[in-house]
Amino acid sequence: MTADDRPVLLTGNHAVAWAARLARPQVVPVYPITPQTPVLELLTDFQAEGCFDAEIITPESEHSVMSACIPASLAGVRVFTATASQGLLLMHELLHYAAGARTPIVMANVNRTVASPWAFWPDQTDSLAQRDTGWVQFYVESAQEALDTVIQAFRIAEQVLLPVMVNLDAFYVSHALEPVSVPAQALVDAYLPPFNPAQRLDTVQPSSWGNVVTPDMFNRHRQALEAAMGGVPALAAEADRDWGERTGRSWGVIERYRCDGAATVIVSMGSLCGTAREAVDALRATGEGAGQAVGLLKLRLFRPLPAAALRAALTGVADVIVLDRNHSPGCGGVLHQELRAALYGMPDAPRIHGYLAGVGGINVSPERITAFVQRAQSEAPQPHSEWVR
Amino acid sequence: MQTITLAPSATDECPQADDLRRPPPAGVEQTSGGRAHAQEPLLCSGHAACPGCVEPLTVRHILDVLGPDTMAVIPPSCMAIIAGPQPFSSLRIPVYQPTLEASAAAATGLRRALDAKGQRDTQVIVLAGDGGTYDIGFQCLSSAAERNENILYFCLDNEGYMNTGAQKSSSTPHYARTGSTPAGKTSRKKNLLEIMAAHGIPYAASASIGHLADLQRKVEKAKALRGLRLITLLIPCLDGWGLPDDAALGTARAAVECGAYPLYEIEDGVRYTLNHTQRTRPVADYLALQRRYRHLSADQTLALQCEVDEGWARLLQRVAASAPA
Repeated sequence: MTADDRPVLLTGNHAVAWAARLARPQVVPVYPITPQTPVLELLTDFQAEGCFDAEIITPESEHSVMSACIPASLAGVRVFTATASQGLLLMHELLHYAAGARTPIVMANVNRTVASPWAFWPDQTDSLAQRDTGWVQFYVESAQEALDTVIQAFRIAEQVLLPVMVNLDAFYVSHALEPVSVPAQALVDAYLPPFNPAQRLDTVQPSSWGNVVTPDMFNRHRQALEAAMGGVPALAAEADRDWGERTGRSWGVIERYRCDGAATVIVSMGSLCGTAREAVDALRATGEGAGQAVGLLKLRLFRPLPAAALRAALTGVADVIVLDRNHSPGCGGVLHQELRAALYGMPDAPRIHGYLAGVGGINVSPERITAFVQRAQSEAPQPHSEWVR
Repeated sequence: MQTITLAPSATDECPQADDLRRPPPAGVEQTSGGRAHAQEPLLCSGHAACPGCVEPLTVRHILDVLGPDTMAVIPPSCMAIIAGPQPFSSLRIPVYQPTLEASAAAATGLRRALDAKGQRDTQVIVLAGDGGTYDIGFQCLSSAAERNENILYFCLDNEGYMNTGAQKSSSTPHYARTGSTPAGKTSRKKNLLEIMAAHGIPYAASASIGHLADLQRKVEKAKALRGLRLITLLIPCLDGWGLPDDAALGTARAAVECGAYPLYEIEDGVRYTLNHTQRTRPVADYLALQRRYRHLSADQTLALQCEVDEGWARLLQRVAASAPA
């Protein structure tokens, strides 16, 4: 396998590992967990082959992985890791800590069901449960997008000094083989300059991180974190635009697929978007259905939620159907509720139908999505999310 | 009210990452390279320790040996309080304060980042309490020891959660009264050094500020080695043990002299050396100094003496077994 720009067959996990290699991180703490393990194994293979010279740390838990990531980043080196599901949950305390320390760590997370009971299926509850931790969150649909997004994530993280999580669905993305263009190292080097922060833990100019602060200092620190988050949508769009100029591939902060003139728009994240494209194409096709005006809005950047872009993209749409592959008990679908909040108060706001589709890894076929569209068009939207199969 | 001395490590009053690195305020002397000397301690006066506490004294002597090319990982503990609140620092070295359970993992990340940058001679040290070492931080410490990470780990062992008002940890000795063992602890103190020795790490030792020359020699020795090195330091806690303000140093000496806290070293997990070879007083003398043992019956005092005797005999066996044939 060579790093020229010819497409090769890669799984989503291996595409992530290639992206990490191309980004030249200097410290990579990592712990194995299904279905993330192939990321770890390919990185250690790269190192054994002599083409990846990061300090790889293999601690006893994901908790220690993230505990090692933070001071490594504060010391001024680029840091990458990957996890999934229970591992991400075990990191929870440190996810807050990393964002508070303003460390630009990049982490791939393979979205997998959260126990109990044990299961290993695609479900985004693991990462959506981390939405308040201060991490930027992307959700990707394909192996190629996973590779491109991990590289873009380093650029965004280091500009804004926030950690970035790139989420890919278990198996549908993590293990499916797809043709992937692996960019040349020189291209990535030109896109992503070495990480060289002005502030760092340094014995020549000693300074500290983590000391106890006053309520006023803490309050101002949170405001600075919020301001940094506020800059992310524009920086993410610019990082994607520049990547597009260099590679011919860009993905958008959001993507509008066949949304022009659409009266009904499906909104989702991750691999469900690939299925929804099929449904949209079928519904748009002239035939028995006589060509319905249906489109797809794919949300790629979930945190910070690009509310202005969502409102602009959904202006004039009559019905929005949110497909959530996650479950927040007592709340319903996380994306459903986030979108309702984002569109609240919008003049002539669309009717928002929230469907819990695919929770626990249930397969969602294009035919089912077509049926969900018909259902939404024939019933009033509910404030809560509805279970659909 | 004591005045906090502003060390060069003090940063801006608001802990923005953007402000992590700032020049020292005008008039504050910048620490330069080389071994720190007495006029320029790396732990400054004016820190926030309880009056009479020997923990800052212990750490000052440790840092005097290590010098300024040192980075410290300090989890929540008495030492974190002594290090000072933002924007002050009592330490002239960089400090990273991790979560309580993560010191050895955080030190690993820092160590590897410095290695990646070619700064292999900078010492990465941990200054943790016994709660953060014996209890909640033990899992990642065991893992760092298994990987033999190049870290110098100091456990400032005051035998309990003293920063939260004196509750028991797994380092609290048998029968000691704490906030969570009001009738006395029902189990023995965990033997951390034996467990660390079982990992086969290059160096594990106990030391005490009551025996300063021995402590300094051990820090010098550990400094010259690579890999995971661990030194436990007994810190008699005035409040938690029930001691008068001027009694910490004498109590630390008594702990060694009665054999309750033997001074020894273990190299590569197998070579044991006993550094203070004579027991010159009964355990009862040591217990009588401390309010946490005031409730002890004669039987319990005898039982503690027996436990110390057993431990001492086991230690002598280890020493004999590791002597060259």
